[in-house]
Amino acid sequence: MKELVILSGKGGTGKTSITAALASLALERDLAPLCCDADVDAADLHLILTPDICKVRDFSGGHTASIHREHCTDCGLCLDLCRFDAISDDYQIDPFACEGCGVCSDLCPANAIEFKETVCGQWFESDTRFGPFIHARLDIGQENSGKLVARVREEARSLAEQTDRDFILTDGPPGIGCPVIASISQATAVLIVAEPTVSGLHDMKRVIELCRHFKLPAMVCINKYDLNPVQTLAIERYALEHQIRVVGRIGFDPIFTHAMIQEKTIIEYHRQTAAGRQIEKMWTRILSHLQFSLSFNEHPPFPISTPLEQRSVNNEKR
Amino acid sequence: MIISIASGKGGTGKTTLSTSLAVSIPGNVQFLDCDVEEPNGHLFLTPEIKKREQMDARVPKIDLNQCTLCRKCMEICRFGAIAVLKDTVMVFEDHCHSCGGCLAVCPEGAVHEVSRPIGEVESGQIGQIAFAHGKLDIGQVMAPPVIRQVRSCTDDNSTTIIDAPPGTSCPVITAVNKTDFVILVTEPTPFGLHDLRLAVETVRLLGIPHGIVINRDGVGNDDVRHYAQKENIPILMEIPFSKEIAKIYSNGGIVALQMPEIKEKCLTLFHTITTLVNNPTRINRGRVQ
Repeated sequence: MKELVILSGKGGTGKTSITAALASLALERDLAPLCCDADVDAADLHLILTPDICKVRDFSGGHTASIHREHCTDCGLCLDLCRFDAISDDYQIDPFACEGCGVCSDLCPANAIEFKETVCGQWFESDTRFGPFIHARLDIGQENSGKLVARVREEARSLAEQTDRDFILTDGPPGIGCPVIASISQATAVLIVAEPTVSGLHDMKRVIELCRHFKLPAMVCINKYDLNPVQTLAIERYALEHQIRVVGRIGFDPIFTHAMIQEKTIIEYHRQTAAGRQIEKMWTRILSHLQFSLSFNEHPPFPISTPLEQRSVNNEKR
Repeated sequence: MIISIASGKGGTGKTTLSTSLAVSIPGNVQFLDCDVEEPNGHLFLTPEIKKREQMDARVPKIDLNQCTLCRKCMEICRFGAIAVLKDTVMVFEDHCHSCGGCLAVCPEGAVHEVSRPIGEVESGQIGQIAFAHGKLDIGQVMAPPVIRQVRSCTDDNSTTIIDAPPGTSCPVITAVNKTDFVILVTEPTPFGLHDLRLAVETVRLLGIPHGIVINRDGVGNDDVRHYAQKENIPILMEIPFSKEIAKIYSNGGIVALQMPEIKEKCLTLFHTITTLVNNPTRINRGRVQ
């Protein structure tokens, strides 16, 4: 069983739409996917997958302190100890600032501080037209998105084994911090969806560095590539220089939004568009990559076939 | 006044708007980029960086000569950062939240704090705009301490624009908490609306006045408008979907500097927010008047 995690660094590059499209394609090829939405902070994949929820579980990532004023002696020790500015001068704890460290509660000489486990979200096991789906929702303002992401992935792996799935398709979160790190541990490979903008290139570099840091094989595709061919070339150049395979170039197409509104993947909605065909080609390349167990530096020979790629190579040779 | 710009969904146009707003506002302006995982503001504003400060987290170091292996440090730690073994103590720095609990409980004074680099905060200037951003080191897990450090650069004598990260969890809270107004940038699509609802819930919980800016107007449907009307949230500005804007942005340009009509809209936006912040009763009624 393999797991492909879809990241971007920058938000809004098209991870979720592409993940959904790949799920469509996987099913067509009789490859049994299990989908996983690791973007627990702002989960959107369910809007296309339209899941039937079979199982809901509360998720508790930590604790929050609260002061019982009736027992409090105003000694101020908690105020001195709290490093997160969570306690006001009148001994009210701000639940959003509270880090859940428990120090105030443990050391309060009057035992006036309760330290309660907080339910900070829920995770779901669902059925979809593409197969099983594990997703979650983190409550607003919560600390523990990394922990919930880890939980969602654990459940995805466990369910994938139980139901004999060929691979897991994981829609990752934006950024490079805790939730992203939790989304990629032990993945087979990462697909980075980049956009051809100065920001997109900058953020892609950071997420590539993250993959290197954790020794994970990475591939890149450029979404909306025709919006800025110069930036697209810059991305491909960077990828080539860093031995990252470019697996696809997808053109800008309003069909992505139309499909989203209809709760369909672009493949279901209208695959005979340039974008649809480009995603299909990309999927073939991704599959060929996933057949191999690769260390970060190993690459099978990869055919360069398009003018843009060839131009990059020619520029390198000059 | 501190105006923060958040979204819920990534890629809706926070940085497009925040940089355009920063160059449109009169007087002293400060731009604080709190998206420390993927800071982008500097790519557009191109500030001259004058100060670079390494950001460290405090983590415990156990002096084994003083330590009696009493386990109090391990018992107080809620994050699994300390393991007391048969004859030694291990610290897992990645897990440490720097709460200081181990330091506080050690009866032997065997716990000391050392610094561990987690990122950096850079500050500088571009024209009349004072700039600061944070950059989380690759492989580090916790953004909030770096965000807090960027927030501490706030200058009360300026209009401060905060570019927040996407999402609705702790990093966003740290970026927008206790600001005077939150602009929620969205796109008129199902993903945009779904995440906007979460973002609205977030700012309501924090009790911060807020309004919506619709970016790439025209690409999707009117559901965001209907939602805003139903919830009495003012739509402060609409930026139409435009290949010209997309091109400027993709090349690292600030839209307001290249399109005067956008600069006008940003100035109007600023005046509207100033009015709203100074007249809280207008915010309660939920309509811009």
